[in-house]
Amino acid sequence: MTPYRVSIHITPRRGILDPQGKAVESALHSLGFPGVSSVRVGRHIVVDTEAESEDAAVASVTAMCERLLANPVIEDYEIESASSA
Amino acid sequence: MKFGIVTFPGSNCDYDTMRAVVDVLGEEGVYLWHKDRDLQGADVVVLPGGFSYGDYLRPGAIARFSPIMTEVVAHARRGAPVVCICNGFQIACEAGLLPGALLRNQTLQFVSAPVTMRVENTSTMFTSAYEPGQRITMPVAHGDGRYTADRNTLDALEGEGRVVLRYADDTGEATSTANPNGAERNIAGIVNEHGNVFGMMPHPERAMDELIGSRDGIGIFQSLLMAVPA
Repeated sequence: MTPYRVSIHITPRRGILDPQGKAVESALHSLGFPGVSSVRVGRHIVVDTEAESEDAAVASVTAMCERLLANPVIEDYEIESASSA
Repeated sequence: MKFGIVTFPGSNCDYDTMRAVVDVLGEEGVYLWHKDRDLQGADVVVLPGGFSYGDYLRPGAIARFSPIMTEVVAHARRGAPVVCICNGFQIACEAGLLPGALLRNQTLQFVSAPVTMRVENTSTMFTSAYEPGQRITMPVAHGDGRYTADRNTLDALEGEGRVVLRYADDTGEATSTANPNGAERNIAGIVNEHGNVFGMMPHPERAMDELIGSRDGIGIFQSLLMAVPA
Protein backbone atom coordinates (compact mmCIF):
# COMPACT_ATOMS: atom_id res chain seq x y z
CA MET A 1 0.00 0.00 0.00
CA THR A 2 1.19 3.48 -0.88
CA PRO A 3 0.12 6.71 0.77
CA TYR A 4 -1.69 9.13 -1.56
CA ARG A 5 -2.88 12.70 -1.12
CA VAL A 6 -6.10 13.43 -3.00
CA SER A 7 -7.63 16.89 -3.44
CA ILE A 8 -11.35 17.32 -3.94
CA HIS A 9 -13.10 20.49 -5.13
CA ILE A 10 -16.78 20.71 -4.26
CA THR A 11 -18.88 23.51 -5.77
CA PRO A 12 -22.60 24.33 -5.83
CA ARG A 13 -24.19 22.79 -8.90
CA ARG A 14 -24.75 25.04 -11.87
CA GLY A 15 -28.26 26.42 -11.81
CA ILE A 16 -28.42 26.40 -8.02
CA LEU A 17 -28.44 29.86 -6.52
CA ASP A 18 -25.18 30.44 -4.65
CA PRO A 19 -25.75 33.55 -2.51
CA GLN A 20 -22.21 33.39 -1.09
CA GLY A 21 -20.78 33.43 -4.61
CA LYS A 22 -23.08 36.34 -5.52
CA ALA A 23 -22.00 38.33 -2.46
CA VAL A 24 -18.31 37.75 -3.25
CA GLU A 25 -18.89 38.66 -6.89
CA SER A 26 -20.44 42.01 -5.99
CA ALA A 27 -17.67 42.67 -3.46
CA LEU A 28 -15.09 42.06 -6.18
CA HIS A 29 -16.94 44.46 -8.48
CA SER A 30 -16.85 47.18 -5.82
CA LEU A 31 -13.14 46.54 -5.29
CA GLY A 32 -12.52 47.39 -8.93
CA PHE A 33 -12.55 44.03 -10.69
CA PRO A 34 -15.31 44.70 -13.23
CA GLY A 35 -14.25 41.77 -15.40
CA VAL A 36 -15.52 39.22 -12.88
CA SER A 37 -18.56 37.54 -14.42
CA SER A 38 -19.20 34.72 -11.94
CA VAL A 39 -18.02 33.49 -8.55
CA ARG A 40 -19.02 30.24 -6.91
CA VAL A 41 -17.94 29.44 -3.37
CA GLY A 42 -17.34 25.81 -2.56
CA ARG A 43 -15.20 23.61 -0.40
CA HIS A 44 -11.77 22.08 -0.75
CA ILE A 45 -11.09 18.76 0.97
CA VAL A 46 -7.71 17.03 1.16
CA VAL A 47 -7.71 13.32 1.95
CA ASP A 48 -4.61 11.32 2.81
CA THR A 49 -5.25 7.66 2.15
CA GLU A 50 -3.39 4.44 1.49
CA ALA A 51 -4.15 2.55 -1.68
CA GLU A 52 -2.70 -0.06 -4.03
CA SER A 53 -2.35 2.43 -6.86
CA GLU A 54 -3.24 5.98 -7.87
CA ASP A 55 -6.31 4.68 -9.71
CA ALA A 56 -7.41 2.81 -6.62
CA ALA A 57 -6.93 5.95 -4.51
CA VAL A 58 -9.07 7.97 -6.91
CA ALA A 59 -11.73 5.24 -7.03
CA SER A 60 -11.86 5.16 -3.25
CA VAL A 61 -12.17 8.94 -2.96
CA THR A 62 -14.87 8.93 -5.64
CA ALA A 63 -16.85 6.53 -3.45
CA MET A 64 -16.29 8.85 -0.47
CA CYS A 65 -17.66 11.77 -2.49
CA GLU A 66 -20.72 9.82 -3.56
CA ARG A 67 -21.53 8.64 -0.05
CA LEU A 68 -20.57 11.56 2.17
CA LEU A 69 -18.29 14.33 0.96
CA ALA A 70 -20.62 15.79 -1.68
CA ASN A 71 -24.39 15.89 -1.95
CA PRO A 72 -25.19 15.14 -5.61
CA VAL A 73 -28.54 16.95 -5.31
CA ILE A 74 -26.83 20.30 -4.83
CA GLU A 75 -23.11 19.90 -5.42
CA ASP A 76 -20.61 18.89 -8.10
CA TYR A 77 -17.24 17.52 -7.18
CA GLU A 78 -13.97 17.25 -8.99
CA ILE A 79 -11.05 15.12 -7.88
CA GLU A 80 -8.05 17.21 -8.72
CA SER A 81 -5.00 15.19 -7.93
CA ALA A 82 -3.68 12.04 -6.41
CA SER A 83 -0.03 12.19 -5.55
CA SER A 84 2.13 10.18 -3.27
CA ALA A 85 1.81 11.95 0.06
CA MET B 1 -49.07 6.90 21.74
CA LYS B 2 -45.32 6.64 22.16
CA PHE B 3 -43.05 9.22 20.57
CA GLY B 4 -39.36 8.39 20.17
CA ILE B 5 -37.29 11.56 20.10
CA VAL B 6 -33.78 11.13 18.72
CA THR B 7 -30.94 12.97 20.41
CA PHE B 8 -27.86 13.51 18.28
CA PRO B 9 -24.80 15.33 19.62
CA GLY B 10 -25.85 18.93 19.00
CA SER B 11 -29.62 18.40 19.01
CA ASN B 12 -31.26 21.24 20.93
CA CYS B 13 -35.00 20.83 20.38
CA ASP B 14 -35.29 17.32 21.79
CA TYR B 15 -36.32 18.65 25.20
CA ASP B 16 -38.91 21.03 23.70
CA THR B 17 -40.34 18.13 21.71
CA MET B 18 -40.53 15.96 24.82
CA ARG B 19 -42.32 18.75 26.64
CA ALA B 20 -44.78 19.14 23.75
CA VAL B 21 -45.51 15.41 23.68
CA VAL B 22 -45.68 14.73 27.41
CA ASP B 23 -46.79 17.99 29.07
CA VAL B 24 -49.05 19.40 26.36
CA LEU B 25 -50.45 16.26 24.73
CA GLY B 26 -50.24 13.90 27.70
CA GLU B 27 -48.66 11.20 25.54
CA GLU B 28 -45.65 9.02 26.17
CA GLY B 29 -42.17 10.10 25.07
CA VAL B 30 -38.77 8.47 25.12
CA TYR B 31 -35.36 9.87 24.17
CA LEU B 32 -33.47 7.74 21.66
CA TRP B 33 -29.70 8.19 21.83
CA HIS B 34 -28.05 8.40 18.43
CA LYS B 35 -25.76 5.46 19.22
CA ASP B 36 -28.65 3.18 20.13
CA ARG B 37 -30.07 0.65 17.71
CA ASP B 38 -33.49 0.31 19.33
CA LEU B 39 -36.54 2.54 18.85
CA GLN B 40 -37.94 1.24 22.16
CA GLY B 41 -41.33 0.56 20.68
CA ALA B 42 -41.96 4.13 19.52
CA ASP B 43 -45.01 4.55 17.28
CA VAL B 44 -43.75 7.89 15.94
CA VAL B 45 -40.11 8.89 15.55
CA VAL B 46 -39.15 12.56 15.75
CA LEU B 47 -35.88 13.88 14.36
CA PRO B 48 -35.69 17.16 16.26
CA GLY B 49 -34.04 20.47 15.50
CA GLY B 50 -30.54 21.49 16.44
CA PHE B 51 -27.06 21.41 15.00
CA SER B 52 -26.19 17.74 14.92
CA TYR B 53 -22.44 17.22 14.63
CA GLY B 54 -22.03 21.00 14.53
CA ASP B 55 -23.45 21.09 10.98
CA TYR B 56 -19.96 19.99 9.89
CA LEU B 57 -19.60 19.32 6.15
CA ARG B 58 -23.33 19.98 5.53
CA PRO B 59 -26.23 20.08 8.00
CA GLY B 60 -27.35 16.50 8.59
CA ALA B 61 -24.58 14.95 6.48
CA ILE B 62 -22.91 13.14 9.36
CA ALA B 63 -25.95 12.52 11.57
CA ARG B 64 -27.51 10.39 8.85
CA PHE B 65 -24.83 7.75 9.51
CA SER B 66 -25.62 7.50 13.22
CA PRO B 67 -26.49 3.93 14.30
CA ILE B 68 -30.05 4.95 15.24
CA MET B 69 -30.68 6.12 11.67
CA THR B 70 -30.61 2.54 10.38
CA GLU B 71 -33.59 1.86 12.63
CA VAL B 72 -35.30 5.13 11.71
CA VAL B 73 -35.00 4.31 8.01
CA ALA B 74 -36.41 0.81 8.66
CA HIS B 75 -39.28 2.37 10.65
CA ALA B 76 -39.99 4.67 7.71
CA ARG B 77 -39.82 1.80 5.20
CA ARG B 78 -42.47 -0.02 7.25
CA GLY B 79 -44.76 2.98 6.62
CA ALA B 80 -44.59 4.21 10.20
CA PRO B 81 -44.55 7.97 10.83
CA VAL B 82 -41.39 10.04 11.08
CA VAL B 83 -41.56 13.76 11.86
CA CYS B 84 -38.45 15.66 10.78
CA ILE B 85 -38.19 19.19 12.14
CA CYS B 86 -35.59 21.75 11.05
CA ASN B 87 -32.24 19.94 11.45
CA GLY B 88 -34.32 16.75 11.37
CA PHE B 89 -35.58 17.79 7.91
CA GLN B 90 -31.99 18.33 6.80
CA ILE B 91 -30.99 14.91 8.14
CA ALA B 92 -33.95 13.23 6.40
CA CYS B 93 -32.98 14.79 3.07
CA GLU B 94 -29.37 13.69 3.50
CA ALA B 95 -30.58 10.18 4.40
CA GLY B 96 -32.76 10.00 1.30
CA LEU B 97 -35.97 9.73 3.34
CA LEU B 98 -37.16 12.93 1.66
CA PRO B 99 -36.21 14.35 -1.75
CA GLY B 100 -34.23 17.55 -2.27
CA ALA B 101 -31.90 19.43 0.02
CA LEU B 102 -31.80 22.46 2.32
CA LEU B 103 -29.32 25.14 1.36
CA ARG B 104 -27.95 28.23 3.07
CA ASN B 105 -30.64 30.89 3.43
CA GLN B 106 -30.70 33.22 0.46
CA THR B 107 -29.92 36.22 2.69
CA LEU B 108 -26.95 34.31 4.19
CA GLN B 109 -28.39 35.22 7.58
CA PHE B 110 -29.68 33.01 10.35
CA VAL B 111 -33.41 33.68 10.68
CA SER B 112 -35.13 33.43 14.04
CA ALA B 113 -38.69 34.73 13.73
CA PRO B 114 -42.31 33.66 13.62
CA VAL B 115 -43.43 32.77 10.10
CA THR B 116 -46.86 32.29 8.60
CA MET B 117 -47.65 29.25 6.48
CA ARG B 118 -50.60 28.07 4.46
CA VAL B 119 -51.68 24.46 4.95
CA GLU B 120 -51.75 23.07 1.41
CA ASN B 121 -52.84 19.50 2.09
CA THR B 122 -54.92 18.36 5.05
CA SER B 123 -55.19 14.73 3.96
CA THR B 124 -51.80 13.76 5.41
CA MET B 125 -51.40 12.09 8.79
CA PHE B 126 -49.53 15.20 9.95
CA THR B 127 -52.02 17.90 8.95
CA SER B 128 -55.53 16.48 9.17
CA ALA B 129 -56.30 18.59 12.25
CA TYR B 130 -56.02 21.79 10.17
CA GLU B 131 -58.48 23.33 7.74
CA PRO B 132 -57.56 23.43 4.03
CA GLY B 133 -55.80 26.72 3.32
CA GLN B 134 -55.56 27.52 7.03
CA ARG B 135 -52.87 30.01 7.93
CA ILE B 136 -50.70 28.96 10.82
CA THR B 137 -47.80 30.65 12.59
CA MET B 138 -44.74 28.99 14.09
CA PRO B 139 -41.16 30.08 14.72
CA VAL B 140 -38.30 29.32 12.39
CA ALA B 141 -34.70 29.29 13.62
CA HIS B 142 -32.27 28.23 10.94
CA GLY B 143 -29.41 29.27 8.71
CA ASP B 144 -29.91 26.54 6.12
CA GLY B 145 -33.59 26.31 5.29
CA ARG B 146 -33.77 27.07 1.59
CA TYR B 147 -35.54 24.03 0.22
CA THR B 148 -34.38 23.06 -3.23
CA ALA B 149 -34.82 20.16 -5.63
CA ASP B 150 -34.65 19.75 -9.38
CA ARG B 151 -37.62 20.92 -11.41
CA ASN B 152 -39.00 17.41 -12.01
CA THR B 153 -38.96 16.67 -8.30
CA LEU B 154 -40.63 19.99 -7.48
CA ASP B 155 -43.32 19.36 -10.11
CA ALA B 156 -43.89 15.85 -8.76
CA LEU B 157 -44.18 17.18 -5.19
CA GLU B 158 -46.72 19.77 -6.33
CA GLY B 159 -48.67 17.34 -8.52
CA GLU B 160 -48.95 14.71 -5.81
CA GLY B 161 -50.02 17.11 -3.07
CA ARG B 162 -46.76 16.54 -1.22
CA VAL B 163 -46.07 20.22 -0.64
CA VAL B 164 -47.89 20.26 2.67
CA LEU B 165 -46.91 23.67 4.07
CA ARG B 166 -46.00 26.80 2.15
CA TYR B 167 -44.73 30.14 3.47
CA ALA B 168 -47.46 32.73 2.90
CA ASP B 169 -48.41 36.20 4.04
CA ASP B 170 -51.38 37.02 6.27
CA THR B 171 -53.74 36.96 3.30
CA GLY B 172 -52.53 33.52 2.27
CA GLU B 173 -50.44 34.64 -0.71
CA ALA B 174 -47.15 32.79 -1.14
CA THR B 175 -45.09 35.95 -1.70
CA SER B 176 -41.33 36.28 -1.71
CA THR B 177 -41.45 38.56 1.33
CA ALA B 178 -43.27 35.81 3.25
CA ASN B 179 -40.47 33.40 2.38
CA PRO B 180 -37.86 33.53 5.17
CA ASN B 181 -35.08 31.65 3.38
CA GLY B 182 -35.62 31.75 -0.37
CA ALA B 183 -37.08 28.22 -0.52
CA GLU B 184 -38.17 27.08 -3.98
CA ARG B 185 -41.89 27.77 -4.45
CA ASN B 186 -42.10 28.92 -0.81
CA ILE B 187 -41.92 25.30 0.35
CA ALA B 188 -41.91 24.97 4.15
CA GLY B 189 -42.88 21.31 4.53
CA ILE B 190 -43.18 18.17 2.40
CA VAL B 191 -44.03 14.50 2.76
CA ASN B 192 -42.43 11.49 1.09
CA GLU B 193 -44.27 9.56 -1.60
CA HIS B 194 -45.90 7.19 0.89
CA GLY B 195 -46.99 10.09 3.07
CA ASN B 196 -45.42 8.77 6.29
CA VAL B 197 -42.27 10.90 6.46
CA PHE B 198 -42.82 14.60 7.01
CA GLY B 199 -40.17 17.30 6.95
CA MET B 200 -40.65 20.94 7.88
CA MET B 201 -38.32 23.82 8.70
CA PRO B 202 -40.56 25.69 11.22
CA HIS B 203 -40.86 24.42 14.78
CA PRO B 204 -44.27 23.08 15.84
CA GLU B 205 -42.83 22.02 19.21
CA ARG B 206 -42.12 25.69 19.94
CA ALA B 207 -45.69 26.68 19.10
CA MET B 208 -47.60 24.77 21.75
CA ASP B 209 -48.71 27.59 24.06
CA GLU B 210 -50.22 31.08 23.62
CA LEU B 211 -47.85 32.24 26.33
CA ILE B 212 -44.98 32.09 23.85
CA GLY B 213 -46.90 33.37 20.87
CA SER B 214 -48.67 30.48 19.16
CA ARG B 215 -50.26 27.13 19.71
CA ASP B 216 -50.59 26.36 16.00
CA GLY B 217 -48.02 23.58 16.33
CA ILE B 218 -50.39 21.39 18.32
CA GLY B 219 -52.24 20.45 15.13
CA ILE B 220 -49.26 18.49 13.81
CA PHE B 221 -49.26 16.26 16.89
CA GLN B 222 -53.08 16.04 17.11
CA SER B 223 -53.19 14.90 13.50
CA LEU B 224 -50.82 12.06 14.38
CA LEU B 225 -52.93 11.07 17.37
CA MET B 226 -55.94 10.76 15.07
CA ALA B 227 -54.04 8.89 12.36
CA VAL B 228 -51.98 6.34 14.25
CA PRO B 229 -53.53 3.48 16.19
CA ALA B 230 -52.03 3.83 19.66
